[in-house]
Amino acid sequence: MSNLLEVHKVVKQYGDYVALNEVSLNVPKGSIYGLLGPNGAGKTSLIRIINQITMPDSGEVILDGQKLQPKHVQAIGYLPEERGLYSSMKVGEQCLYLAQMKGLSKAEAKKQLDYWFDRLGIQGWWNKKIQELSKGMAQKIQFVVCVLHKPKLLILDEPFSGFDPVNANVIKDEILALKEHGSTIIFSTHRMESVEEMCEHIALIHKSNKLIEGKVSDVKRQFKTNSFEVGILTNNVEGLMYDITQKFTVSPASFKSLNDDLKLNIQIGNASPNELLHVLTQRGQVTHFVEKIPSVHDIFIKTVTGSSN
Amino acid sequence: MSIISLIIKREFIAKVRNKSFVVMTFLSPLLFVAIAVFIGYLSSMKAETKRIVIHDETGLFASDFLKENKKDAEFKYLNLSEIDVKALKDSITKENFSGLIVIPKTKNIKDLESKIEFISNNSPSISFVENTQDLIASKITKLNLEEARLDTLAIQKAQSDVNIHLVKASGEESLKGLNEIKIAIGGAFGYLIMMFIIIYGNMVMRSVIEEKTNRIIEIIISSVKPFQLMIGKIVGTSLAGILQFVIWAIIGLGLMFAASAFFGVNVGSASRIPPVLMQSVGHNFSEMMQIGLNEAWNLPIASILIGFIIYFIGGYFLYSSFYAAIGAAVDNQTDSQQFLLPILMPLILSVYIGFFTVVNDPHGSVAVIFSMIPLTSPIVMLMRIPFGVPWWQIAISVSLLFTTFFFVVWFAAKIYRVGILMYGKKPTWKELYKWLKY
Repeated sequence: MSNLLEVHKVVKQYGDYVALNEVSLNVPKGSIYGLLGPNGAGKTSLIRIINQITMPDSGEVILDGQKLQPKHVQAIGYLPEERGLYSSMKVGEQCLYLAQMKGLSKAEAKKQLDYWFDRLGIQGWWNKKIQELSKGMAQKIQFVVCVLHKPKLLILDEPFSGFDPVNANVIKDEILALKEHGSTIIFSTHRMESVEEMCEHIALIHKSNKLIEGKVSDVKRQFKTNSFEVGILTNNVEGLMYDITQKFTVSPASFKSLNDDLKLNIQIGNASPNELLHVLTQRGQVTHFVEKIPSVHDIFIKTVTGSSN
Repeated sequence: MSIISLIIKREFIAKVRNKSFVVMTFLSPLLFVAIAVFIGYLSSMKAETKRIVIHDETGLFASDFLKENKKDAEFKYLNLSEIDVKALKDSITKENFSGLIVIPKTKNIKDLESKIEFISNNSPSISFVENTQDLIASKITKLNLEEARLDTLAIQKAQSDVNIHLVKASGEESLKGLNEIKIAIGGAFGYLIMMFIIIYGNMVMRSVIEEKTNRIIEIIISSVKPFQLMIGKIVGTSLAGILQFVIWAIIGLGLMFAASAFFGVNVGSASRIPPVLMQSVGHNFSEMMQIGLNEAWNLPIASILIGFIIYFIGGYFLYSSFYAAIGAAVDNQTDSQQFLLPILMPLILSVYIGFFTVVNDPHGSVAVIFSMIPLTSPIVMLMRIPFGVPWWQIAISVSLLFTTFFFVVWFAAKIYRVGILMYGKKPTWKELYKWLKY
């Protein structure tokens, strides 16, 4: 799969402060790409460079095989974290204006707007002013504005903030639908459960450096500790414990189960899971056997706190 | 449609639709005319006649003062020389009279010069004191001449009154009042530029701040260049401003005519013609005005108008770029004060220089220098043009103005580009300098 967006060793400095230190990213075409990082890590600086709001001090950005250039703003849709609309302008006029700025003709913009307003069930808002709408309603308009021109690359910075769960779901479905239609989506958020749910690729930026990048499954593999959560019914706890502690590291575990079983976390190191199973089955009945996969949340915290120390 | 014209259109429509803009557009001329009518009414009102008592122990001056008693005059003089000064003073304190002139008896008439007193509760106007002094002085002069047995009539005859005719090398006769007309025209245009810059420059700044506080700026800036946005904003706002000015002019003139017809108050003469002009042309006003108008046609009208347009564009764009940069640098209007002062200073300075220095000496070195400095030239040069400015001075001034203009736009665009994305900070001058390097 080829990359829609490639960022090569981008450096950005503000005075003495280095906001991005030789950051490189590869965003595969048609993927949902999670851009993660604590506050102030440099995510917004990077997004602004991709949007050509600011220029990198060095390094380059390649979009769809071409070096980033002014015409590319029409290929990108951007929903910034700090977002708003002209409060005294009517919704319809405002959307038309912003769509025309992205290079759509007035007629085409109108057509797209009708489609999206219809799709999100907000047809009645055309003549309302933004100041008459609630925050969540305005967020919907902003979402529409950034997808109107069918961008190849969609950059969403905290797209769900301000939405109730129902509307958040609506937006989530729209994002997934856009992906189905071939859009590539960069998704920056602090909500790890949405990353877990939607992203195929992630990158983690911390203190101006990229620390992790890759397919979610690859990253998880890289971070897995080779430990298993085990539930076992046995009459001879001492014997079992003796057997496993010979070969593996054991700690108590807690998970829900219907049985009155012994719950353990067992780290197997380089051994194969079958060896563990073999030991276990000799001593009792296995009721629960799951490899512990690190969540994105765990990876985030581990990486960020780990690099700080 | 190109992006800039799209922005211009939106800014224009947003300004024109704004309620306060509409209200101001239609209310200001009404207010202006109301004030003009009010002033006209006040000045046409007869002032309360003030009664001034003369206590003349010499008996030489009272008759001259009484001669001044005319119908509708501001002062009415009463000769009460036979009444005791003390009693008269009491009546002043009781406010039966406005003032008391005491002319004591002296041995020598010359001694009177420093002995005359004016007693009143409120200090008199300067013109009243001067008139009274003149009146007494001319009487004393006359008496002195008589005493010296000089023929006053012969002396009067011998006195001459010279009236120089100003003639241009081209042969046409000129009018002395013309200078005042030149000042009036130059001043009006200069003042107009200043007003326009202050009103609409501020509007540009507010509009930039609005985009920042609305947080729409980042959405817009991901589609257009900050420079395009800034230029579009300035042009759109100025178009709205020009529209407003035109409406003001039309409504204002209409109301002026209506008001002067209705109230019978000569609003026009009271408010539009500067007092200097009124004084200088004085008595045969209408006849002089006629010559004045003819003369006005002989002014370099074309160069005044072209100059106005060039300096208007250059000056307005120069200053509104500053305003846009300030708007981008701050988060709200209160924070803008510290940056606004350095902008307002040259504007105010140029109006002062225009009205004091240029009026005195249109081609003096101060006037010439300030008509070259880009921040003051739009106003100062415009006020000099009616007096005739060598073309090379205009060329230098205009090229300096536009060079600075491009430099300032570049500088403002840099501040603007960084500033619009900075939230929640009140920047210092030092930070602004740092932004230039980002």
